[in-house]
Amino acid sequence: METASNFLNIKDVSTAFKINGQFYDAISHINLQVHHDEILAIVGESGCGKSTLATTIMGLHDPAETKISGEIDFEGTNLLNLDDDGYNDFRGAKIGMIFQDPLSALNPLKRVEDQISEVMDYHTSLSKEEKHERVLQLLDEVGIVNPKRTAHQFPHELSGGMRQRVIIAIAIACKPDLIIADEPTTALDVTIQAQILDVLRDIQKENHAGIILITHDLGVVAETADRVAVMYAGQIVEEGTAEQVFNTPEHPYTRSLLRSMPQRDNENDDLYVIKGNVPSLQKMPSTGDRFAPRIPWVPASAHEENPSMHEVAPGHEVRCTCYKEFSFPDEKGSVTV
Amino acid sequence: MWKTILRRFLIMIPEVIILSILVFLLAKAMPGDPFTGSINPKADPQQIHHLMKINGLYDPWYQQYWQWVVHLFHGNLGNSYQYQEPVTRLIAGRAGNTLWLALFTMILTYAFALPMGVFAGRHEGKLPDTIIRVYTYVTYCIPFFVILVIGIWIFGYVFGWFPTTGSISAEASGSGWLQTIGSRFYHILLPGILGALFGTVNIVQYLRSEVIDAKGSDYVRTARSKGVPSKDIYRHHIFRNSLLPIAAFAGYSITGLLNGSIFTETVFSYPGMGLLFVNSISYRDYTVITALVLIYGILNLIGTLLSDIILSIVDPRIRIE
Repeated sequence: METASNFLNIKDVSTAFKINGQFYDAISHINLQVHHDEILAIVGESGCGKSTLATTIMGLHDPAETKISGEIDFEGTNLLNLDDDGYNDFRGAKIGMIFQDPLSALNPLKRVEDQISEVMDYHTSLSKEEKHERVLQLLDEVGIVNPKRTAHQFPHELSGGMRQRVIIAIAIACKPDLIIADEPTTALDVTIQAQILDVLRDIQKENHAGIILITHDLGVVAETADRVAVMYAGQIVEEGTAEQVFNTPEHPYTRSLLRSMPQRDNENDDLYVIKGNVPSLQKMPSTGDRFAPRIPWVPASAHEENPSMHEVAPGHEVRCTCYKEFSFPDEKGSVTV
Repeated sequence: MWKTILRRFLIMIPEVIILSILVFLLAKAMPGDPFTGSINPKADPQQIHHLMKINGLYDPWYQQYWQWVVHLFHGNLGNSYQYQEPVTRLIAGRAGNTLWLALFTMILTYAFALPMGVFAGRHEGKLPDTIIRVYTYVTYCIPFFVILVIGIWIFGYVFGWFPTTGSISAEASGSGWLQTIGSRFYHILLPGILGALFGTVNIVQYLRSEVIDAKGSDYVRTARSKGVPSKDIYRHHIFRNSLLPIAAFAGYSITGLLNGSIFTETVFSYPGMGLLFVNSISYRDYTVITALVLIYGILNLIGTLLSDIILSIVDPRIRIE
């Protein structure tokens, strides 16, 4: 997977949070690459470490409360070696981030224009007029109908969808190479979701940016992503192109996720439910397949002791060997317990 | 913006009317009469009865109230029973002193509180924060008049740095204006500083927790992801948002200061409205009490009005478009 176009190379990154004086891994040994002109989706249920990965790349963790190891190579710089000032040259300029909750992600006391041009204050030498022009152009780009009016408004005067567009405008203001979108559509209704995703895709094409799209919505992934990484309990359990992951899912977790999605052809059946929960940070097992407790019918011998990634097709990797024996209890050839 | 202020102002009118009726009735309901204590104890009850009558104290309350309101609009608040001089003149002579002290206390309060609150919130959990928190808890636990008495004892008596009574020294009151102002300022220094030390407590605690909240807020995270340096995040994002409740508080703090002035002026024998108020209560000087309570009440209403106006200036969300 090492090619010239992967400008973001995440190598063996773990992030641990301090809980009652002890550090617990929220994400462990993550390896990922992001290329120009692609949308990499990271999927998984709540609490599996998707957002932690995003904020780790952005360097938004309090160093006193977190321990980060590994290497994040961004265009030749290891971001993890940077201090706060050094990081500020990347944040906003080369990496833009779009947050989950547009209702709270904007400063309630500042006009939209000021919030967008703030990012240009620190990373460009544009004049006041040029910044104003750029703000209007950005608002137009993200699909705001009346940029002049919106620029002058306060966040509380805008709808959720408009606020999310403003946040996207902030993230892309300096044409970053990498855009991290952390559940950009979760708080929005479905029609707005589609529009926001269109905006993201257009921006990506125009700027040749790489986008990390974090979501738990598989529908969104299927619609937009080029590649998919499935996360479970702080680890990547499956990675591949969107076609590979959706058409030939291998890992039991991926298969369970896809099976728990409503399908048009099985309207009358009950939805599949993955039993149990993602273990909490303190109770995370240090060895063994972390998903094993949620598929108890699979014999222990099917799992690896220290599950590693296995390539099943070019560019398609799966963690643990249990995928070979896995099937759902109601399927043919299932192992009964 | 103007609509908000106008609307807010109109709401005040019925408030003032209700306030004035309440004030009047409460004063009337107080036990005792204005003559028993101040005239020769051997005075004939008939004579007191006669005095009560010619002063209209036996009329029905609404008549007395109406009289009072009519007089009020003529700038006549009646005569003080105790001092035998018009209440308006009596109060006017002391209002300046109180205003002067209150203003000074307020400026000092904010000058202490804002940096302390932001600093404590920014360095949450570190040593300076702990020191500031201990200071606020201790101060909060001690009654205000005890602080005043301890302050007088240490700085006025043991060290002898400040005068402990009055608003101006005898020598200065006859000499030039520079000495007059100097002496007046010297006399409000200690009460002002002590009042400010006490007044900072609430503001520091509020501001500290607001700053801590704001630090973890989503919009600050957005600002960080824009690459805004930490000091600018405090200046442009955290500070202003954290000031919202303080701004909402500012108007009310005027009221707090006036209440505080009752303690301060009594302990310092500072001739202001607070001291006059306390004296009038002990002498059942109804006319002065009602006038002062009304003034305090109206200042209260103005305080809340100011709070609303300040808030509507700093927070775009509560403006009526």
